[in-house]
Amino acid sequence: MDFLRPATWAEALAAKAADPTAVPIQGGTDVMVEINFDVRRPPALLDLTAIGELGDWELTADGLLRVGAGVPYARIITELGDRLPGLAQASRTVGSPQIRNRGTVGGNLGAASPAGDAHPPLLACDAVIEAESAARGTRMIPATGFYLGVKRNALEPDELIRAVHLRPATGPQYFSKVGTRNAMVIAVCSFALALHPGERRLGAAVGSAAPTPLRARAAEEFAAREFDWSGATALDPALLARFGELAAEAASPIDDVRGTAAYRRHAIAVLARRTLTWAWNDYRGKAAA
Amino acid sequence: MTAFEVNGRKVDLEVDPRESLLAVLQDRLHLYGTKKGCDHGQCGACTVHLDGRRVVSCLTLASQVEGREVRTIEGVAGEDGTLHPLQRAFIDNDAMQCGYCTPGQIMSGLACIAEGHTGDDDEIREYMSGNLCRCGAYVGIVAAIRQVAGPAEA
Repeated sequence: MDFLRPATWAEALAAKAADPTAVPIQGGTDVMVEINFDVRRPPALLDLTAIGELGDWELTADGLLRVGAGVPYARIITELGDRLPGLAQASRTVGSPQIRNRGTVGGNLGAASPAGDAHPPLLACDAVIEAESAARGTRMIPATGFYLGVKRNALEPDELIRAVHLRPATGPQYFSKVGTRNAMVIAVCSFALALHPGERRLGAAVGSAAPTPLRARAAEEFAAREFDWSGATALDPALLARFGELAAEAASPIDDVRGTAAYRRHAIAVLARRTLTWAWNDYRGKAAA
Repeated sequence: MTAFEVNGRKVDLEVDPRESLLAVLQDRLHLYGTKKGCDHGQCGACTVHLDGRRVVSCLTLASQVEGREVRTIEGVAGEDGTLHPLQRAFIDNDAMQCGYCTPGQIMSGLACIAEGHTGDDDEIREYMSGNLCRCGAYVGIVAAIRQVAGPAEA
């Protein structure tokens, strides 16, 4: 197995073009599990940790946060938690404190596991993934078009993930996840919510309950249509219940070692109602203040 | 060759691209204090500090630590063997039975204190949740960290 350690982004793109089978590695918290257990023996590892700019984030001219693919979860929590609360909450449930010092959103996107914790908040807040190749330059891929199947994403073989672009929160955001331990939990299922009060709508996304993470479109449309976006009134329990049902209907879960399909459907409805209650209470509090 | 520092000592080794930092610490540098529990990040027994931050060495590729500083349990006590206050606190509070997880618990505990995640005992538990103890010495572990971190915030 070859070990490639480019010092610059341009060198990394050239290396990926020269050997598209090379597996990119950041913190290694996913790739290393497969290597240690000999589940996977990639012909080459492409270590991206020497490229400093991947570990940076910035506010772009159009007001978006451009978060480098190598920013570890621990820094998303401490440095961006105020502007990206949904992603920060999800980050706080990733692995353990040790894993969060190494693992990255870029790695989560590269692996594209349906259970990846970063995916639902990225979907709920309309994140866009910046991919790049030496041959064709930069390509912006909306999160909604990024997840193609179980552990399959929209990247071409010669492309690398450079960054994720997200709008700083314009309203309350929440993430919730079901698991059996306070650490190292692969989600049984998860749910993310982002309110966009200026647009009188919300983003809602389901994790670990379908072949890919996905938006709960019907639930989103229901909320945009039926909720009182002036923020003056509490949510009617019937609206809350219907929102939960529609969120659960978006899922197409399976029975597996972590839970049954029926349990996942039930739990998604609970998580949807719970996160919506938290978010709506915050929103009403702000609207009243 | 991969050059890095372990407990203040410079090392320069030819490592296999697949080798974990844990394997290098044990097999090449004969630092056996860092333990292999699960080899996939679940248990935290192999926790070390990399540039001052706690990581699991089983999921850290040795080739990636080029130019960086590693601190293991062997680098915690004073040079004359004087125990670190957290090591002393683990003894004072019976924070172990078999002791296999203890090096990882102490490395994680040091980081937990340095990060400031000791506001109350629930916070300590959450931020120590990456370290398993199959003997169930958790009560003593939380007490030991509390002893070194100082009283809980009101």
